[in-house]
Amino acid sequence: MFAHLSASLVDGLLIGFVYGIAAMGLSLIWGVMRVINLAHGATMALGMFCIYGLFTKLGINPYLGVPLAALLALLFGFLIYGVALHRVMQSGYLYTLLATFAVNMIIIGVGTTLFTTSPRNVDFSLGSLQMGSEILLGTRLVAAVASVVITVALYLFLYFTRTGKAIRAVSNNRAAAELMGISSTQVLALSFGLGTMLAAVAGGLTATFFPFTILSGGAYQLKSFVICVLGGLGNPLGALFGGLILGALEGIVPVFMPVSWVPVVEFGLFVLVLVVRPTGLMGAK
Amino acid sequence: MSFWRSAGFWINVLLVAIGGAVVLLIHQDTLRETVFTILMFVILASSLNIIMGLTGYVNFGHIVFFGLGGYFGFFLLSQLGWPLYLCMIAGGALSVVIALVVGAAVLRLRGAYFALATIGINEAARAFVANFAPFGGATGLYVNFSAYNAYGGSSKALWWIFTLLWIVTIITVVVCYLVKHSRFGLGLIAIREDEDAAMVMGVKTPWAKTAAFALSAFFPALVGTLYFFKNGNVEPEDAFRFQLSLEILVMVMLGGKGYVLGPIIGALAYERLRGVLLVSPLFKNLHLALSGAILLLIVLFMPGGLVGWVRDRLPRLRRWLE
Amino acid sequence: MILQVKNVSKQFGGLQALNDVSFELSEGRILGLIGPNGAGKTTLFNTINGVFAPTQGQIVFRGEDVTGQPAYNMARRGLARAHQVVRPLSDLTVHENVMVGACFGREGLGLRQAARRAEEALSRVGLIERAEQPAGSLNVAQKKRLEMARALAAQPYLILLDEVLAGLNPSEITAMMATIRAIREQGATIFMIEHVMQAIMSISDHIIVLDYGSLIASGPPQEVANNQKVIEAYLGDPRLTERLMAE
Repeated sequence: MFAHLSASLVDGLLIGFVYGIAAMGLSLIWGVMRVINLAHGATMALGMFCIYGLFTKLGINPYLGVPLAALLALLFGFLIYGVALHRVMQSGYLYTLLATFAVNMIIIGVGTTLFTTSPRNVDFSLGSLQMGSEILLGTRLVAAVASVVITVALYLFLYFTRTGKAIRAVSNNRAAAELMGISSTQVLALSFGLGTMLAAVAGGLTATFFPFTILSGGAYQLKSFVICVLGGLGNPLGALFGGLILGALEGIVPVFMPVSWVPVVEFGLFVLVLVVRPTGLMGAK
Repeated sequence: MSFWRSAGFWINVLLVAIGGAVVLLIHQDTLRETVFTILMFVILASSLNIIMGLTGYVNFGHIVFFGLGGYFGFFLLSQLGWPLYLCMIAGGALSVVIALVVGAAVLRLRGAYFALATIGINEAARAFVANFAPFGGATGLYVNFSAYNAYGGSSKALWWIFTLLWIVTIITVVVCYLVKHSRFGLGLIAIREDEDAAMVMGVKTPWAKTAAFALSAFFPALVGTLYFFKNGNVEPEDAFRFQLSLEILVMVMLGGKGYVLGPIIGALAYERLRGVLLVSPLFKNLHLALSGAILLLIVLFMPGGLVGWVRDRLPRLRRWLE
Repeated sequence: MILQVKNVSKQFGGLQALNDVSFELSEGRILGLIGPNGAGKTTLFNTINGVFAPTQGQIVFRGEDVTGQPAYNMARRGLARAHQVVRPLSDLTVHENVMVGACFGREGLGLRQAARRAEEALSRVGLIERAEQPAGSLNVAQKKRLEMARALAAQPYLILLDEVLAGLNPSEITAMMATIRAIREQGATIFMIEHVMQAIMSISDHIIVLDYGSLIASGPPQEVANNQKVIEAYLGDPRLTERLMAE
């Protein structure tokens, strides 16, 4: 019982790191732009297909593919911001949210046409680790480590570079930041690009151990919402913490009740935290 | 009350009343199915408009009321053999009670936080029903074929269901109109424009918001019961489609939020558009992408929707459109 | 007494916004509230108004303890307010804006009566010819009048006016002062915050002064104007105050 519990907990936590990366992107976009990005899941799915394409067609190692996908996603994020978001940034959250939802529909529609909805998987293995009765996949370990590295990099970027500080300034008070001479358009575009990049990276890492379709992103997007709320909306670094909580829940809950109850617990907790403590479990009151 | 002398009132009511009546007269099955979908969309979008268009709280989980209310109505119908109209009303009542309880908690959240919470509620409700044994868990519930015999066989039953849906549509539109042009509605619009200022002016905001939420929850439950009875079964994946929640939202935006006519036009236009895209061989696969592109264009260039756009261009029509 | 504020304190985290404030206001009078920026004037309005509850103390309105009552209950009891930062309901017409005040104020009128009451209120503030315009399209002075009209349409016993003269030009100020006097003539009690010294000195029956959340003076306008403590607190420089008074 205990060995089983700890193994599934560890497994849950490893996946939680990757969830955290996706949620971090969502949280960054919300924190800086006050935009709920409903195209986040679709972007994750694009990340998955990017890694898949590079691996199966060109034989590129997934871990080389991820940085490549990240770069493409950054540019793709700029494009979305320019076409769909820039014009409605002042119109309130409903419009930005619908704009990203429209982008989501376009990606899913085109993606379904190009890739169909039959499941794919990246046939790539890094061996595994025996832990009690459970087996930990090497790809998950690497993904977790990569997630930590990315989190640290994001932290260093936000707190120790000029651009990062500008992003935080706009996040705190857009009007004041503009008075200080920070171009909020550039910062907003960059934040959306970074958020999109994090989504694609999380998608790419997930693709190394889970099968996927173009529609898979939807479920991860919902998980990202839960994580953002647990970790504090608009607090990108809290997202990693939220990801771990969610991962742990997914590891532990099935030990005690049927696995189909997991979403009930997750989303119940989500609504509860939102109502009782909208700043997140870690956030200030 | 002088609503029956207002042009705007009759435009809205006659639009749906005549639309349904024509179908009943022509009495053709494929036409009925098409108009069934349109009327269903009209009810869902119009009821969403009460909380979204008038009160300014964007609900991404409107379909929860369709799902939960419909599930309960269908449960009474298929398992306990209650008559259809009672099942509808019971489903609606449950929906209202749930909205009162949930609304009291969640409506304290504002703006995007409320929107997020409703996404969570939708998912939690679906996951819960999928695990709820009395509602048949993940496989859902079926109605025995003999249930249709009470209405003179399945063909007659389908026409009866359509007629009920038509009546519900008319009632929904009338209620939406009355709410918008009432003191209660004025309070809701004040909340939409500035909730704190509304409170200072004496609008009992917690009560008003919750009441609007509960009212918006009633009608989807009626539609749900009818829709599931028509299909003969209900399952969680069909009852809580997040996608449908979003489509309803698109309809409200397309037609124009805050106008009674908006959701009616929006539902009609969206259904027609989807129909055209789905049958065209060129767009069949790309229909989702094209709907997305159209939505994007509305959001970017026509934020008031079709009705709002016309109103801004032709101010003289205002009296007819409000 | 229409309003009694008894030992009211309000804290925000570590900040003491109001410190043991007590005063009374009798019916039919105009009470002025002055004090430097950040003295806690708007906070005092907010606690009376029910936007938030005081941390300590008691507020009695028309003989009833109303401490901690939400803002909408205060409006129904006959307390109206015009905000410092004007907040019109932009998408509604000017007329509909004022109807909200009439519908949900002290009398809670039905729509038809509210429409009539709104017209009266708009005439009184001189905004009737703009009744059908969207409220968002008004200029600052007109928006201030709209705030007044909304408050008036509620038929309140007591009106809180938060810097309704700020940002107006001299002729607009004269017009607004006349409106305020007319409101008092019709029986409402007025409690106002104002920075335009000459105006508040001439219009108020009584003045109280807040500084750092504490009440430092209370009395007739002339007495307060010459109070050494007020002069020091207000500007820290007596000559500047004199100049201000001479405006």
